[in-house]
Amino acid sequence: MPESKHKKRDVQRPRSFWSGTIAFGLVSIPVSLYIASRSGGISLRMVDRDGTPLRRRYFCSKDAGPLEADDIVRGYEVEKDQFVIVKDEELEALAPEKSREIDLKRFVPLDQIDPIWFERGYFLAPDKGAMKAYRLLANTMEQKHRAGIATFVMRDKEYLVAIIGQQGLLRAETLRFHDELRTPDDIGLPTPDKVDAARIKAMQKEIRALSSDDLDPELLSDAHRHQLRELIDRKLAEGTDVVEAPEAAEEEEPESAEVVDLMAILKQSLGKSDGSPAKRGKDSALDDLSKTELYERARELDIPGRSKLSREQLIEAIRAKS
Amino acid sequence: MATRAMWKAVLRVGGLNVPVKLYAAIEDRSVHFRLLHKTDHAPVKQGLVNPVTDQVVEYSAARRAWASPEGDLVILKDEELAETEPQASRDIEVVQFLPPQAIDHRWYLRPYYLGPDQGGTADYFALAGALAKSGREGLAHWVMRKKAYVGALRLHAGYPMLIALHNAEDVVSIEDLEAPAGPALDRKELGMAQQLMSMLADDFEPAAYHDEYRERVEQLIATKRSGGKVRTLRPAKPKASEDLTRALQASIKERKHA
Repeated sequence: MPESKHKKRDVQRPRSFWSGTIAFGLVSIPVSLYIASRSGGISLRMVDRDGTPLRRRYFCSKDAGPLEADDIVRGYEVEKDQFVIVKDEELEALAPEKSREIDLKRFVPLDQIDPIWFERGYFLAPDKGAMKAYRLLANTMEQKHRAGIATFVMRDKEYLVAIIGQQGLLRAETLRFHDELRTPDDIGLPTPDKVDAARIKAMQKEIRALSSDDLDPELLSDAHRHQLRELIDRKLAEGTDVVEAPEAAEEEEPESAEVVDLMAILKQSLGKSDGSPAKRGKDSALDDLSKTELYERARELDIPGRSKLSREQLIEAIRAKS
Repeated sequence: MATRAMWKAVLRVGGLNVPVKLYAAIEDRSVHFRLLHKTDHAPVKQGLVNPVTDQVVEYSAARRAWASPEGDLVILKDEELAETEPQASRDIEVVQFLPPQAIDHRWYLRPYYLGPDQGGTADYFALAGALAKSGREGLAHWVMRKKAYVGALRLHAGYPMLIALHNAEDVVSIEDLEAPAGPALDRKELGMAQQLMSMLADDFEPAAYHDEYRERVEQLIATKRSGGKVRTLRPAKPKASEDLTRALQASIKERKHA
């Protein structure tokens, strides 16, 4: 494959949330963090009455002029309308080591971490040359039933983090700091006085009646999302209010594609010996791509009638062309 | 200082109703910045612009649309979107009680405390007692501020808590990912890694960790406010350890002398 193709692919990778090094003693393991969840819902975009996708832009509240990224600074309001300007470099210099490194100084029993502390889940993918050490750490933690604990700085915020080895993979859970979780006392919840045994019994009876050993997946489904999905499908089928998006509209990909992309990346960077693109089979990689990605590729290759093709047909057409 | 309740509801467990109040269990302590215009330090505001005409479009005049992978846009009217919104309700309906491991912890999104509402204190504590005795977690549905939630009902520090869950389909499951393949790991290195991990073994004590970065941000602001100087330095990112055996040996040696 020509070099330019790889570059194109890399552009399509979702941005990692954080890229840095895991330190296990003196062993350095460069990794990238990818978020394991998304905010949810079907992502909609803002359009003009005729369907032209609109762009979000910043304006000055005083002179109403449009602003580019270079015109914007960050400020902390110390008094009403009085700001202390803080530069990105100044924030980065506050904790340079912690911004680059997750230093696992402690390994704690996994079952000691109450999930109430969990803030957000991530997957870790090894960067170049880190595969062996990555596997060694994942394997050792899994065998010892321990998680590595550290604090680190990501996107201008410090996090407590647990690095967990599971199924030969490393995942991370950011944890809330102790003072971020309120206690019943902070809330002002009353202390229980004598609890009526008969009332407890009655409640237990109701709990038993609703008890089950297995989670019914139907109970987790989001009815609102289904209704929205149905509305969209109905309008698509009828062709009401459906317009062709201008080329520029494809710049921003819908969020749903990102999760699929993430899985493709992890499969690619973890499944092969070192995740280097040269060793990647070009054909098998296609199977890992989302339909959106496949469509993008088909567009690059100028495959005719691509919008009518199914996922499988797209793969076939791309294979035939490249 | 007591916290203000954010919502009032009735928790329904089968035929029993418990009037409750909902409280945010998480306190946002991060330092928030505002985006300002560089030249006049006026706060910025967001607006929508039609990129073809460069005209500003008011939010009230804009519509929402869904972009299909095929490049079509389906425009949705406000009244159509309103019809898909969940019905407002004051009920928190517990639909199932499950063994503690059945609701995956990786779905946890945000916890809320439940407190008793007027006239419900006895039933509230009966619920806490019954939950403790059953050892189960409830699965609950509710609609709060036009948004439908699925949550776990469980005890925290002896008090009932609702934990809003991610939609299961929004969480990438580790089971869907392939474990990294490669040659068998070196037994000597595995042994050393285990030894090093044992040397670093400890208990988990949440109170032992502090947000030092936040304190430094606050200091930075105070320093800048009084006209003090701040430095900006960035170190380079370390490379991957090439010789694992040597790095592990050195780590173990370092710990022994620590």
